[in-house]
Order: sequence, then structure tokens, then C-alpha cells
Amino acid sequence: MNKKACDINEQSTWQELTVGCEIYEGGTSVLRKTGEWRSKIPSWDPAKCKQCLLCTPFCPDSSIPVTDGKRGDFDFEHCKGCGICFKICPFKAIDWKEVQ
Amino acid sequence: MSIKDRLSGNEAVATAMRQINPDVFAMFPITPSTEIPQYFAQYVADGRVDTEFICVESEHSSMSACIGAEAAGCRAVTATSSAGLSYMNEVLFCAASLRLPVVLAVSCRALTGPININHDYSDSMAERDSGFIQIYAENNQEVYDNYLQAHRIGEHEGVRLPVMICQDGFITSHALENIELEEDEAVKAFVGEYCPENYLLKQENPLAVGPYGTSPYYMEARVAQAEAMKKAKEVILEVAADFEKNFGRHYGFFEEYRMEDAEIALVIMGSSAGTAKAAVDELREQGVKAGLVKVRVFRPFPAEELAKALSGCSSVAVMDKSEGFSAHGGPLFADTAASLINAPRRPLMINIVYGLGGRDFTVSQAKRVFARLENIARTKETGPVYTHLGQRDDREEVQ
Amino acid sequence: MAKMTEIRWHGRGGQGAKTASLLLADAAFMAGKYVQSFPEYGPERSGAPITAYNRISDERCTIHSNIYDPDYSVVVDETLLASVDVTAGLKEGGALIVNSEKHPEELRPLLKGYTGRIYTVDAGAISRKYLGRYFPNTPMLAAVVAVSGILDAESFLSDMEESYRHKFATKPQVVEGNLKCLAEAMQEVKKHE
Repeated sequence: MNKKACDINEQSTWQELTVGCEIYEGGTSVLRKTGEWRSKIPSWDPAKCKQCLLCTPFCPDSSIPVTDGKRGDFDFEHCKGCGICFKICPFKAIDWKEVQ
Repeated sequence: MSIKDRLSGNEAVATAMRQINPDVFAMFPITPSTEIPQYFAQYVADGRVDTEFICVESEHSSMSACIGAEAAGCRAVTATSSAGLSYMNEVLFCAASLRLPVVLAVSCRALTGPININHDYSDSMAERDSGFIQIYAENNQEVYDNYLQAHRIGEHEGVRLPVMICQDGFITSHALENIELEEDEAVKAFVGEYCPENYLLKQENPLAVGPYGTSPYYMEARVAQAEAMKKAKEVILEVAADFEKNFGRHYGFFEEYRMEDAEIALVIMGSSAGTAKAAVDELREQGVKAGLVKVRVFRPFPAEELAKALSGCSSVAVMDKSEGFSAHGGPLFADTAASLINAPRRPLMINIVYGLGGRDFTVSQAKRVFARLENIARTKETGPVYTHLGQRDDREEVQ
Repeated sequence: MAKMTEIRWHGRGGQGAKTASLLLADAAFMAGKYVQSFPEYGPERSGAPITAYNRISDERCTIHSNIYDPDYSVVVDETLLASVDVTAGLKEGGALIVNSEKHPEELRPLLKGYTGRIYTVDAGAISRKYLGRYFPNTPMLAAVVAVSGILDAESFLSDMEESYRHKFATKPQVVEGNLKCLAEAMQEVKKHE
């Protein structure tokens, strides 16, 4: 049974790593919480949002979840605050401000 | 049953490759290893192998293609020499750290400069820290036998390291000599199929190779790799024992030639060891207790075993066929000396750099080295520890 | 140590001296001997002087150096006598074998005081006669076998026939010419004894 990426972390000993640091599953970037890297943060105004979903493919970190054809609020565990969604939104439904 | 034949060292390697029928051969030619892919191309053309034979545009690419193929789950091989090996340098480290058991045949040749196509170990010694296992041969028979053992060593699940099978460019690569080949079926049965547990093309579970390793991980990854190299020692002996059981020829980390009661000895590698054996025989006839240790496995370095083999000698000359430019001797000397550093009893040691760029090494040169060792044993004085042999020199030779 | 015969070949790049050394090793191998055949390699091109070597013995020879004191020195191109020291180190009791139409004693003045045996064979003429072109290494190979006596003459010829039939499977007509070359050179080289 191959070791899961979620079982390896910065406390793992050398014996606990996989051979050649191989990773035996897809989508392991979810394990890496990058939200704390933000210096600016986006905010979403559902009232102004027309659900055009243009922001979703532009997000480089897949941090705009879509369910049943509609976007929800940001995944702040992974959003790095790059501001692309703010720039691309045609309806000014996304704001982007300094983290307080 | 072994088959008696006569082949050059390059053809012996190509024959071993044909018998093993690897999945991928990524080739780029360079003297003096060119004949290996040349012979192999004929086997491909004749339908004797079903290997994917890829002609790439450089050695960096041939090793990269092997890495890709191994990661995909294939058995991948290539061959090179000299500047070609240097050009692989970056990706050799990748193959080793990715723990992909590529087997690389090297017909060893001097590095520039001056530009030279002849033999020494400056190419392979420059890659001694790459993480490849390195196994050296005295003649065509040994390079064939080493090659047959290489895949099993590298692919062993406790090892998973790439292997360099080295021979002396031209001196053995292009010399026709008698050889005992094994039957194709017996070779296939001995080497076996390559069945890695995980590989890129395995549908059931996706695999990512070659991740970025930040400081919190890099050290652990390197320690794991170092441990694999230690483990390789055990596996090399296991495979050699099984080889002997199947084919009758014995191999270890090194060959001890007339070392039982030797007082003076050479530590030497490759074809020169054969030449030096003739000197040992002559000296033994004269009652001189001379012997030699021929190092076969250079990576992993058999330090403890070598120290034991040399501990009874009064004086030892380590013969380096590459110049390390350390101003303190060649790489074989450094490792041999380090092996003995904590030994309770150790010989006086000197280092001799010889045979560079195809400079011939003769029986009489070997006897001169032994004469110097006799003198050291008698006087307990080494004289200069690090010297060269075989160059024209306007000074008197150190004796 | 077992008796070992060492042979040094002198030729020019492209003339087949290296091939002749390989053929001799092949013939000796077929006779059950241990063989070495190796050229002294360099970036030489067509026409440049080249050297090739053979060691032939009943036990495996571990020495891998060049040969400095040969039993026989074979010169495939007579013009080399002027520029290369072909008798260097030649053992007493050994012999020099030259591809030449001349009498051996006519060559001696070119050999810097060499006093040993000299044999000549007109390998060029023999090869032209039977093969229709200048291909001296086949007759020279036979001359070496005849002079050195390292191989039994009859089995040498029959081994070579087998080897040629295999090598020239697609053009069997050349087999006979090659065999005649060998036989005539073996006779010819001994005529001045």
C-alpha cells in the first residue's frame, strides 16, 4: 500500500519519505494551505454578481468553487490574493483590499 | 552451457543488451562507445530485439529519455564516453535522486584537454558523486558479466539506483579477446522482467515524479539515497553469488590477486590490473611477496572490506588512472586512504597517477612501482606520496 | 608462463592491417587458442601509419599493454620501411615479414643493422591474381601463419574456408579466390629460406 501524501509532512523522518519522493496520487496541492500567503484579499458581493463564471477559470489557484452551475464564496485556505478575479470581473462584484 | 566466442568489449556489452532486450535504448554516439549502439541498431534492424531505439540529439537528451522511460515503467539503457558523460552530468544526478535504475555503459575515455580520444577514467571519476553505482571491468568477459548483473542490482527494491558499467575505452572496448557468453534464455531467466511497483503509465494509480524538495525535505531525501547506496553493497554480493551459481564465474567488490601473504600490493582498476598481474607473477617467482587488489565496485566504495584486504601489507601503491587535481592524489587514493584511516594496523601508502589519455601501462612499469614499494617497506619512508608515472620528465624519477 | 606469440602489424590506414590482425585472431580462436587483437588507436586517417597487435597463446593473457618486443613484425606496406622502425624490439629468433616483390636481402639495407630473419611475399600480386584487386591482408595473414607455425597449416586452411563460406554466404564465388590467395602466400613466403 502506497503512502498517502497527507501522511508526509515536515516532521517525517527520512525513513517515512517515499522512494525518490514519488507522489502516488493526484490533486495533492489541496494539502498545501496557501491562504496565509495573502497580503491582499478579494471579497465577493453576491448582489452584484451575475454568475457569468468568468472569474472561475481565471483563478490560478482553483479557489472559486462552483456548485450546480453557480459560484460560491472564495476558498480562503488556498486563495493567495492575487487579484486576477477582481480585474477580470465585468460587473465589479469582486473587491480586492489590503489584509487588515 | 556457456558459448565460447571472441568479441570486443563493446560487442560484449551490445550482446548482453540484446540478450536482455531492454524496452528503450536512447542513443547518441561518441568514441569509443559508438560501437555499442551501432551493434544494437543492427539487432533492432534484424528484429532480434523489440527495443524502442531512440536516436536523440545529445547525451543530455539520451539520459533524459532514459529517465522518462524508466519513470514510465520501462527498462532503459544507453552508452557513452568522455565528453558525452560530462554532458549527461546534470541528469545523472536526476536519475539517481529519482531512484530510476537506468543502466549506462561507459567506455571510459579521457576528458579534454588537450583533446584526446584514448583511455583513462577522468570521465567516470568525475561522476563518482552522481549517485550512480559504478562497476569496472578488467576485460571483455568482466564487462559482459557485470552488465548481466547490473539491472538486477539497480532494480532491486531496496536499492533502486542507476548503474554505470565501465570498461577501458579502446583497450578493452576495441580489443578482440576470447569470451564465454551465456545462452539467451539463461540470461533472460537470470536478469528477469522489470516490474516496478509504481510507474507513470500505471492506470490504477497516478504518479508524480521529481517533486521540488524544500529544505525540510531535501536532507531526508538525500539520506534515504545514501542509505540505498549502502544497501547496494549487500545486493551486489547477492547478485554476484547468484551469478556464480548460474554461470560459474566469481565476483566480489574487488579481486584479490595473490594477496594471501602479500607484503607489498597495488590497488588498481581495469585492464591495467591484468597487466600488473603479470608483474606480480614474475615477482612471486623471484620470491617477492607481491599482490594486487583490483577494485571492481567503486560506488558504493567497499571501504571496510578493502581495509581488511590491505591491513597485512607493509606498503601499498594506489594507482589512479585519472588526475583529480587535488594536489594530493587521485580519487581512488583518497577513498582507499580514507578506508584505512581508523585501522589499527595500516600500510604505508603512496599514490601514483598513470596512464592518462591512453599512455600505455606496461609490466615493467608495474615492476618499477613494486620496486619502490619494496624500498618503502624496507626503509619505512614513503618519500613523495603523490607522484606520476609514465610521463617524460627532465627530473630524475622518484624511486 | 605458457608460450605466447606476440605479433605487431604495420600498415597504413585503410589497407586492412587491423582487419588482418582480427582475421588472425579469428583463425587462432578457431584452432582453440586464446587470442588478443587490438589496434593502437588514434584519430589517424587513410594513409597514416597504423599499428595493430596480436597475442596468441594457450592460456588467457591478462596483459593489456601494447607489444614492444614482438616475435613477429608484419609490414603490410613496404614504403613504411623508410619511415617506421618496424624491427624495434623484435625478438631474437623472431622474424620480419614484408609485403614486397623484392628478395629479403634487398630490404636489409633499409633496416638499420637488423640481422634477424626477413621474409617477403608479394601479397599485392597474389591478391590481384586471385581477387582482381589490391587486397594484401589475406596473403599477409597466410604468410604469418606459415612463418610462425603458430597454427597447423591444414586446419588453418580448412577453418578459413569455413569462415569465408559463412562470411561470403551471399557471394560464394569469392571464397575460392581467397583460399587460393592463402595457399599461394604460404608457399611463396618460404621460397627464400
